[in-house]
Amino acid sequence: MNIALTHLQRLEAESIHIFREVAASFSKPVMLYSVGKDSSVLMHLAMKAFYPAKPPFPFLHVDTTWKFREMITFRDQMAQKLGFDLLVHVNEDGVRDGINPFDHGSNTHTHVMKTVGLRQALDKYGFDAAFGGARRDEEKSRAKERIFSFRNAQHSWDPKNQRPEMWKIFNTRIAPGESIRVFPLSNWTELDIWQYILQENIPIVPLYFAKERPVVERDGMLIMKDDDRMQLRPGETVESRLVRFRTLGCYPLTGAIESDADTLEAIVGEMLTARTSERQGRLIDRDEAGSMEKKKREGYF
Amino acid sequence: MRHIMAKSLAPTDGIRDYMAAQEKKSLLRFLTCGSVDDGKSTLIGRLLSDTKQIFEDQLAALEKDSRKHGTTGDDIDFALLVDGLEAEREQGITIDVAYRFFATPKRKFIVADTPGHEQYTRNMATGASTADLAIVLIDARQGVLRQTRRHSIIASLLGIRHIVLAVNKIDLVGFDKAVFDQIVADYAEFAQNLGFVSVAPIPMSARFGDNVTSRSERTPWYSGPSLIEHLETVSVDEAAAELPFRFPVQYVNRPNLDFRGFAGTIASGTVAQGDEVVVAKSGKASRVKRIVAHGGDLKEAVAGQAITLVLDDEVEVSRGNLLVSPAARPQVADQFAANIVWFDEQALLPGRSYILRTETDQVSATVTELKYRVNVNDFAHEAAKSLDMNEVGVCNLSTRAPIAFDPFAENRTTGAFILIDRITNATVGAGMILHSLRRAENIHWQSLDVGKRGRSDLKNQRPAVFWFTGLSGSGKSTIANLFEKKLFASGRHTYILDGDNVRHGLNRDLGFTDADRVENIRRVAEVAKLMADAGLIVIVSFISPFAAERRVARELMAEGEFVEVFVDTPFEECARRDPKGLYARALSGEIKNFTGVDSPYEAPEHPEIHLETLGRSPEEMAEALEHWLTERDIAEEQYDNGGGI
Repeated sequence: MNIALTHLQRLEAESIHIFREVAASFSKPVMLYSVGKDSSVLMHLAMKAFYPAKPPFPFLHVDTTWKFREMITFRDQMAQKLGFDLLVHVNEDGVRDGINPFDHGSNTHTHVMKTVGLRQALDKYGFDAAFGGARRDEEKSRAKERIFSFRNAQHSWDPKNQRPEMWKIFNTRIAPGESIRVFPLSNWTELDIWQYILQENIPIVPLYFAKERPVVERDGMLIMKDDDRMQLRPGETVESRLVRFRTLGCYPLTGAIESDADTLEAIVGEMLTARTSERQGRLIDRDEAGSMEKKKREGYF
Repeated sequence: MRHIMAKSLAPTDGIRDYMAAQEKKSLLRFLTCGSVDDGKSTLIGRLLSDTKQIFEDQLAALEKDSRKHGTTGDDIDFALLVDGLEAEREQGITIDVAYRFFATPKRKFIVADTPGHEQYTRNMATGASTADLAIVLIDARQGVLRQTRRHSIIASLLGIRHIVLAVNKIDLVGFDKAVFDQIVADYAEFAQNLGFVSVAPIPMSARFGDNVTSRSERTPWYSGPSLIEHLETVSVDEAAAELPFRFPVQYVNRPNLDFRGFAGTIASGTVAQGDEVVVAKSGKASRVKRIVAHGGDLKEAVAGQAITLVLDDEVEVSRGNLLVSPAARPQVADQFAANIVWFDEQALLPGRSYILRTETDQVSATVTELKYRVNVNDFAHEAAKSLDMNEVGVCNLSTRAPIAFDPFAENRTTGAFILIDRITNATVGAGMILHSLRRAENIHWQSLDVGKRGRSDLKNQRPAVFWFTGLSGSGKSTIANLFEKKLFASGRHTYILDGDNVRHGLNRDLGFTDADRVENIRRVAEVAKLMADAGLIVIVSFISPFAAERRVARELMAEGEFVEVFVDTPFEECARRDPKGLYARALSGEIKNFTGVDSPYEAPEHPEIHLETLGRSPEEMAEALEHWLTERDIAEEQYDNGGGI
């Protein structure tokens, strides 16, 4: 038999191993489902890991109320199609205070609606392990993080004091109130993700494909006007351009790229010639140096 | 505009072809290690940059960072690309391992950039545990240093067989061949016993790129490959597929009564439908009925694949066991020897109980003997009573239940384990199994016909172990003595194990270091267990300062049998009473390692009985204890008789 596994087969096996390890070792795991391409791959892998059973944990979406409308539609379709248990959590305190990315800035908005929202949801259900789709190639503090990443009872990450992580032997022991964030895609790159989506024909949100969309040029980024809550600044005009998204988050904070790639093959082709990183399109990473690490220490994924 | 991306160039067919080619590339996982400031992070930055893995926005951020934190003047400081933590950039050092990914037309790479400081050796070991090759960096001006040796030994212990000896900063010694040759000779002499299959020395300047991606004109005397050329071509195949079949059962998948699958990742070998397999721990044989995978059953599967096996019959298998080839079985033992690398600030102590974890199994374990510590400078085997952080040693271990394993030298997956602290849950050590101990194979349990229940029924009592813990002079012996008198008077069969008395006999060979205290308690707990098995009510009166050992004692006894009694007298009061004059001598420094003075006392958090002694008479407290025992026995009797209905 052909005994050399392909690169994607190796990555897939590693991720499946991680999923099963959590299911075997924790009493209440959950998968963070953020609806993007990495979440789609994560979900696909979870279905494979436990086949013929369904994944033995629910999926949680922390909704900031500012996601693209197409993301929400896609989320609900997937939950129905695959039959998984979907929990949606919104930080109601943030909604009551009217927190939004336009008036409060990306930092405050992300902290209140995403980080605090996530902490609320984890506490509410008492989850002791949470899967996330973060990859080490995304950002330099993520490059430093363990696959099983310990969080204290305040959900905080201590980057200077991480548990050694030897071989594939994971230390899953925690005290009550503590938890572990688990990253099955740690060793995948953005290109691996796209190649895997293409190989496995995994459904993704249509926003990843090029299409004429209404956008505004702002701070060097192309922001899509997804609904009427978008506040235009003086001099700004909405125009229709052929764009797609390389990464998805809250629509006012996510930059589109001009592209005509409307198939998976074309997207992979585009990836091969990319000269900028995907997080280039994320406003929240540029607020200050080390901003991702700071957010992670506060409990962000 | 930065948001404008190149138009997609390749036609659809081209992408599929490209992907097929990509898929055939092999993967090399390697790490960079060596002493502080030898240029590890700079080298990785150089590799990423020269293989065009750095995006424009990352480069812009790097230029900005270099001006703020950089240590290379006006040049780009590539170390900042991998030193991703705030603290690292501020201090200009690497604290934890960073993983980076790059590819060349010939191969894909995952590189672990590991810290050089001795303090962070555990993070270097983390990076090394999943690598097949190590780049050992040496500053040409410094030569082979202590950390170079330590990292090489750890790499060797963790099973790395291929080394690149990167003699870096060669520009700073004028590209001098003699310097290079001397370092290569020094390292070769040191490393001759480390079992490396290949050692490739390369003169290099990571900062300026000499011999990194292409051969440098400034080292005309060097005729070997550049670093990248070597990494692209070096063969590190371990051929896990050719080893005997090993399948650690990770998860039992049982969605309904008709399906019972054993999920796991094949550690070595291959398996095919119809193959006979054996359950390692029980020796029971079965046959593979199906190899289940999403998208259709497989005919066969190979090392590295994550699969689900369904067996022909209902053999008993659970997580932690191995399914193996009947022709070549692993060892199953509860005593074995292993290399240990210690990570924790609290030293490894023989006799202390830890949690031992293999890839899927978990069991209580103690180090029964620390055979020797390895001196990282000259490999000398040194006698030692404990292993401190970052030290390496050879130990004998004993586990509560047998585990299935192979020697690490034969199988990196089934021969490795970690040790976890029972209280903090920290990962405190990593182990590589050498071999099982013969005595484990030859000593079996003798089954006896008269049981504990019979022995205690004859005495008309339930066994118990009252474990008195507290500072010296807190009143343990006084209360224990009164308590035993009361039990004796009411016709119960008792025995007191007193700390001072036992040290005159059974434990006369033990002193007062942490290691000896742990062993002291271990022995007494085992004796108390035998006495409880004989049906006695045992009263143990020992300072027993460490929570970990009291927990071990508790776990040795049957459910409900262990009664922790915290004799709680404040330190000041004990020192004032000082019945044996010991506090005065300890406080003056005449006695070392005295609990409460220069050795810690860890108070129990949830004792069954908490005796706050101030203002209470010993008589009153002994009565309270007797009352407690009576209540317990009544409750158990009701339980035995069906809840008293």
